Amino acid sequence: MAYTISQLEAKANAIRQDIIKMLEHAGSGHSAGPLDLTDIFTALYFAVMKHDPKNPDWEERDILILSNGHTVPVRYATMANAGYFDRKELMTLRKYGSRLQGHPERTKLPGMETTSGPLGSGLSQAAGMARALQMAQNHTRWVYCVTGDGELDEGNIWEGAMFAAKYNLHNLIAIVDRNNIQIDGNTEDVMPLEDLRAKWEAFGWHVLEIDGHNIESIIDACSMARAIVEKPTVIIAHTIPGKGVPFMEYDYHWHGAPPNSEQAKEALQKLRTLNGKIRGEHE
Amino acid sequence: MSNNPAMHLADNIGHKDIKVEPIRAGFGRGLEEAGRRDERVVALCADLTDSTKMGAFAKAFPERFTQIGIGEQNLVTVGAGMAAMGRIPFVSSYAAFSPGRNWEQIRTTIALNDQPVKIIGSHAGVSVGPDGATHQMLEDMAIMRVMPNMIVLAPGDSVEAEKATLALANNGKPSYMRLAREGTPVFTTVNTPFEIGKAYVMREGTDVTLIGTGTMTYQCLVAAKILAGDGVSAEVLHVPTIKPLDAKTILASARKTGLVVTAEEAQAAGGLGGAVSELLGSELPTPVRRVGMQDRFGESGDPDELLKVFGLTGTHIAMHAHEMIDKFRS
Repeated sequence: MAYTISQLEAKANAIRQDIIKMLEHAGSGHSAGPLDLTDIFTALYFAVMKHDPKNPDWEERDILILSNGHTVPVRYATMANAGYFDRKELMTLRKYGSRLQGHPERTKLPGMETTSGPLGSGLSQAAGMARALQMAQNHTRWVYCVTGDGELDEGNIWEGAMFAAKYNLHNLIAIVDRNNIQIDGNTEDVMPLEDLRAKWEAFGWHVLEIDGHNIESIIDACSMARAIVEKPTVIIAHTIPGKGVPFMEYDYHWHGAPPNSEQAKEALQKLRTLNGKIRGEHE
Repeated sequence: MSNNPAMHLADNIGHKDIKVEPIRAGFGRGLEEAGRRDERVVALCADLTDSTKMGAFAKAFPERFTQIGIGEQNLVTVGAGMAAMGRIPFVSSYAAFSPGRNWEQIRTTIALNDQPVKIIGSHAGVSVGPDGATHQMLEDMAIMRVMPNMIVLAPGDSVEAEKATLALANNGKPSYMRLAREGTPVFTTVNTPFEIGKAYVMREGTDVTLIGTGTMTYQCLVAAKILAGDGVSAEVLHVPTIKPLDAKTILASARKTGLVVTAEEAQAAGGLGGAVSELLGSELPTPVRRVGMQDRFGESGDPDELLKVFGLTGTHIAMHAHEMIDKFRS
C-alpha cells in the first residue's frame, strides 16, 4: 500500500521512539546516527524499496546495504515496524543470544543483507552486488547503500567509488548521511570532507543533495537516481545528528552514547509532542 | 621403503629430470575449467591478471572477469558483494597484498559474513626471489588460519592446484589458497587423490614423520630419500589443507613414529607448524621441529639460493630429522 507523507512522518516518529527505548534498554550504543537516518530508512522501507517482510530472501527484492553498521538500531526499528519481526524483539538489542547484534550480522537476521561495522567496506559490497546484477542483465532490481560521512575517511570507499563509475553501475544508489559529526568531533575538524560534492563528481558520480529529513525529497531523489542511467548516483542527505530529540541535536557527544532512563523519558516526551508543538498523548 | 603406491606419485622424485611448473599455472587451468563447468564462477583481479594466471579465464569468459585495478580492499569487498548475489568469485592478487593488506575486510565481509569468496594469494614464500622481502609473503598461513569460518589451502604442485581450484569452486565456503611464483617439481599425478580437509601419507615410515605443505612437501619427499640412505625410515605426510586440519591422519602418524618435523615456506610460527604443534600438544605430546622462516623477513636473491640460505630444502629437513632422532632417541 502507498502511504501519504504525513503517514510516513508518523511512522518515522514511532521508529524514533523505538530507537530511544531500545538504546536505553541496551545501555550502550549510538544515538545520533540512528535518529538522523530515521526519515531515510522510513522512506526506503515504506515508499522506495521493493521488498517483502514476510519473504526476506525474495529474489526480486531491492537490496539495502548499511555500510555504517553502528547505526543499525534504525534499521532494526524500521524492519520491526515494517513487519520483519515483532517489535518486542527490539528490546533484545545488544543482549546475549539476540539476533540484534550491536553491529549487524547477516547470518543472524533474515533481511540483513550484509555484516558491517568496521567502516568503509559497504559501498564496494553494494557495487559488487550491482555488478553481479549487471552481469545477469537484470534491470529490475536496485542496490541502495547507506554510508556515514565520517566513514568517507576510509580509502576503501573511494576504491569502490572508482569501481562503480568504471562499470557505470547506475543500478547502485549511495546515500551519504551528511550529519557532519564523527566520534572525535566535527568531520571538518577531524578530517575535512569538503568539497564533498566535487569529490564525488570527480570520481564519476551523479550527485543529488537533499534535506535528509524531508521524506518527500528522499523519495523524489531516489526516483531521480533510478532514472539516471549515465552514472551511479550518490544522494548527499544533509541531516541533523540526533534529529527529533532537542538535547541530542547537533551534539557529537551523542554519536556513541545511549540515553539513560531520565534522558530517554525526556526524549520520548519530546518526540510524542513534536517538541511541545502538540499535547502528548500521555499528558 | 618407497613412496605410497596408493598416492600415484611421479616416479622420478628427487631426480633432476622431474617436470617443474609454477603452482599458479595449475590454478589458471583449474579456474578456466571451473568457469566452463559452472557459469556462477567469476574472477576478479587487482592488476595482476597474467602473473596470478587469471588470463586464460579472462580470455575465455570476458563477461565474467572484473578488473579491479590496484585496490585489494575493493577486490575482496566487491567479491563479497558478488558472492551475496549467488556468484562464486575467485579474487586474486599477490599474497602480500591479499590477504596481507585487506585482512579486516576479509574477516568482516567474507568470513563473519559467510560469503563463499575464494581468495587466491600468489607469490607466497621466499622463492619469489629477487623482488625481496616486501613481496615474499610469509605470514599468510598464520593470519588466515586463525580466522573462524575460513578454509586454508596450500597445494603442493600445479597438478594439485588445479584439483584444489575445482574443489574450491564447489565447497561453498570462504576460502584462502596460497600459490608460489617459481617452478615447483610436479610430484603428484592426475591420479593422486585430493580432497579439501584431507592429509595424505605420501610415503610410509617408522622413525620420524615429515609433514609438509605447499612447496615444501616435495622437499620432505627428497629428505625422506636422503634419510633412507642413512638408514632412517621417514614417513611423509602432505597437508594441502591447513584448515580444517586432518587430525586423524596426523595423530596416527605421530603415534607410529613419535617424532615430527614440519616444513613450510612461511613463518614457522602460526602456520602448519603451529597447527600441528597445537594438535599434538593437546592430544599426543610429541616433539615437533618446525622448519620454516624463523621470525625474520626474507630478502632479495635467487630463489634456489634463498631456499638454501633459509634452510628450506630437503637436505635441511633431513638434517633436522637426524637432530631430532639424536636428541630424543639417544
